[in-house]
Parts: sequence; C-alpha cells; structure tokens
Amino acid sequence: MVATTSSSHLPDNQRIVLTGIGLTAPNGDSLGEFRESLLNGRSGVSEYEIRYVGKTFAGICRFDERRYQARRDLRRGTRAGSVGVYCSNEAIRDSGLDWPNIDKSRVGIYLGVTEHGNVETENEIFEIKGYDYDTSFWSHHHNPRTVANNPAGEVALNMGITGPHYTIGAACAAGNAGLIQGAQMLRLNECDLALCGGVSESIRTFGIFASFRSQGALAEHTDPTRASRPFDMDRNGIVVSEGGCVYTLERLDDARRRGARIYGELVGYAMNTDATDFVLPNPDRQAECVQLALKRAGLVPEQIDIVSTHATGTTSGDSQECQALRRVFSSSDRTCFNNTKSFIGHSMGAAGALELAGNLATFQDGVCHATINVDQLDPECELKGLVLNEAREVKSPTYVLNNSFGMLGINSVVIVKRF
Amino acid sequence: MTPAEIRGQVLDILENIAPDEDLDSLQDDVSFREQLEMDSMDFLDIVMELRKRHRIQIPEEDYGQLASMASTVEYLTPLMKDI
Repeated sequence: MVATTSSSHLPDNQRIVLTGIGLTAPNGDSLGEFRESLLNGRSGVSEYEIRYVGKTFAGICRFDERRYQARRDLRRGTRAGSVGVYCSNEAIRDSGLDWPNIDKSRVGIYLGVTEHGNVETENEIFEIKGYDYDTSFWSHHHNPRTVANNPAGEVALNMGITGPHYTIGAACAAGNAGLIQGAQMLRLNECDLALCGGVSESIRTFGIFASFRSQGALAEHTDPTRASRPFDMDRNGIVVSEGGCVYTLERLDDARRRGARIYGELVGYAMNTDATDFVLPNPDRQAECVQLALKRAGLVPEQIDIVSTHATGTTSGDSQECQALRRVFSSSDRTCFNNTKSFIGHSMGAAGALELAGNLATFQDGVCHATINVDQLDPECELKGLVLNEAREVKSPTYVLNNSFGMLGINSVVIVKRF
Repeated sequence: MTPAEIRGQVLDILENIAPDEDLDSLQDDVSFREQLEMDSMDFLDIVMELRKRHRIQIPEEDYGQLASMASTVEYLTPLMKDI
C-alpha cells in the first residue's frame, strides 16, 4: 500500500524545508566531519572526570568557541549558550542566507533543552562552600545564566536577532521538539526564518551522572569508545554527552525564491505522552506517536527508508522502543534502523536534532550508517532492518524518520523527505 | 597594601572581567566605561572579586567610587592599608 504525501498538496507557504545545518558533536564540528565519523565507525566518547562523581565517560565537544564569541561573552554566558551560538552561526553560514540583509525581527529561535541551570547552580554552591555557604558570595550572574531561555537568548544577543526566542524543555525529546516548534511558527507566520534544534551542556553537571549512576543506568566499560552500545546484550547504561544542532527552517516559497540548497522537507511530525511513569517508557504510546507522524505525512511504514532510533543503551528502554518499532514496521522489508548514540553517547537536548542531521546526509551519499558496538544483539532488540556495525547502502533513500523520547513519557517523531 | 599594590590587584581583577581589552594603555584618570566595554554586571564583578579575595564589603552607595582606576585606588586605600 502506498499513500500519497500530504505535504505535497499544501501550498508552498505551508511547506517547511531544512536549508542549513550547524552542529557540534563529540566526533565532529560540522555536518561533513560528523558524517565522515559516522560512516567510518569513529566514536566520540572519551574518558572524563567531574567533581564528586570522579572518573567516568562522556562525549565532549571541541568546537572553536572563539569563532563567534569574544572571551568576555564566554565568561559571561553558559556552555549551552556557546553551543547554541556556534551552531546557529554555522547554520546561517551553511544556509547561504544573505544574513546582513535579513530582517532580524522576523527570525525566531527555538532551541530544545533537556535541562538548563544545573551547571551554574552546582558551580555556585561549590563556590560558596568555600565561604561557609555565605550567600553574599553567590554570583549576580546566576539568574541570567540559569533562566530557562538562556541558550536561545545568548544566540539572540550574539546575532542581533529581535524576533521571538525561547527554549523548549522537553527532556531528551527536545531536539525534535525544537524543530517542530520552528515549523509551527513558520506556518503561523510568526517568523520568516526559524533557527531551531537542540543544545546540551549536560556533561558539566555532576548531578546527571550521579543520578544515572544511582539509577543503575550510567554506562561502564573498559574502553570508552565501546561504552555506548544500544541493542547489545551487555549494554549497561547511558554515556552522557554534550552537543548541539541548529537548523535553518524556511517556508518552501521563500527557499525557492532565493534558490536555496534544500536538505529535505519536514513532511510529518508528532508528539504525545505516555502518562504512565516518570522514567520507564511505554511502547504503546511510542508506537502511537510514530503512527501519528506517518499518518500526518500521508505515509505508510514501507515508505520509510531509515528509522533513526532513540535507544540510549539502557536495558529496558532499548527493548521497549524496539517493541514499538516492530509493531509499526513489521510489514516493511525496506526500512533500515540505526542508532547514532552508539557513536556519540546521549547528547540529551541536542540528541534528536543531531541524530537527524547524521542521517540526512543519506539523501546525498545513499548510505545508512550503522549502530556500532553490538557484539551480541539482544534478541529483545531484534529488528528486521537493523544495521549493525557496518554501514549499508540504501537504494534511492527518500524518507528518514527520527525518534526522540524522554523522561516523564515525552515522545517525539519527525519525518524528513528528500527534496 | 600600598596604592601601587592595590592598583595591581584591581588590574588583575580587570584582566579577568575584560579579557579582550588592552589594559596596558589604561588611563587611571579616565573612567573605565570610557575606555573599556563594561556594563553594570562587570562593575558588580569588581565588587564581588574584592569581597572574595580580600573580604572587603563595598556598600551599594559607594559603587560610584569605582568609576576609574584612580578613584578606585583612592577609595580602597584606607580599606586595604592593613592587608
């Protein structure tokens, strides 16, 4: 059964296209570098040490902070802000937009975050501990650094953008949620250009490591590059990473008018909620979310070439996502499934946007990158088209479906079509 | 501390607060704001650093004394003479 694509029946001013990508990942600071790492099986996970927790692993980004920020701005702002500033500037550069002549009041910034403010709060408490917890030593920078809109606001300050800016708190579904928000605002004519995606500074807070460890969900291995291993029988948890990915989204008529290079069209999306548990996912709701995105795009599962899975390397989370995917895609022999966290760990608020970017290059190179570090596949995670350890060629890839789920049962799916 | 030593301390703080600025050419009698890219949060950083490093409490009504290097050193000299 083949359904027609709904979006092609929409007027061009309601069709949303991706025209620029700026990113930083633990294994690459541009789409080209990132893609090369994914095709060559290069992990970005390394040894890491953070106060109180001690030695662990993390995905650390090494982008050039000074490319777009003065030292004063770096001192004043946050790591998430810097990630956002770097990715947003890179996205604009990549888009080919005539940025000096763009009406900045018609640009919207919508960045997904898993959390924000923990890094600064922990730092300040650590600092005043040295002053017997006298709060007169608490920094006046704390509030502007920890307000939830900080990463998007720093982008606005850096780039002189006067349209709307805010972050979307959506746990680990945030990267997709940022994209969805950008598309919605363009359709509502709230802006003419959306800078959207997700950012994360999570490796700078000891709390996230400590909490995952207490939960029994922090990855351990003798080799950091093999620690993140979704779907493997011996997987034992998450590798926490930082990162960011920002897209320029435009309405198709605007993109066509300026002759933009188009990475793909956002033809479907969905978000829903488990409403069952703080932490444990619900495969029924996840399957419903995927099905809703397919329905809105006017697609059937057999048309999806690649599913970019969310799986994080936890015992129950991976198998439950696979359960949901088997339910939806059982009839499809065409669909490939991969997992980008096996390379870069879990970049939290950036994960959805980064993992989508890693897969969009398939429209150019016709390859589905693999899920690495799977020595023995967990039978609970078996999927017919799971691409394990070696990248696989895909014939005429047309649709990528990107899963991104998070705590408190937040689910998000986006579908991008080759343009 | 002598006024010269106090000046050195303030300069050290400024190097952290305004890392992009050339402080070698700083004119002591000209206000910081006329020479450096500084805002009210930066001046609060000077206050905070003096508090942290030397336990000096500067009341809000005296913040205006920190306008230039010369006025800052003059203001701090009696407060830091025994440090």
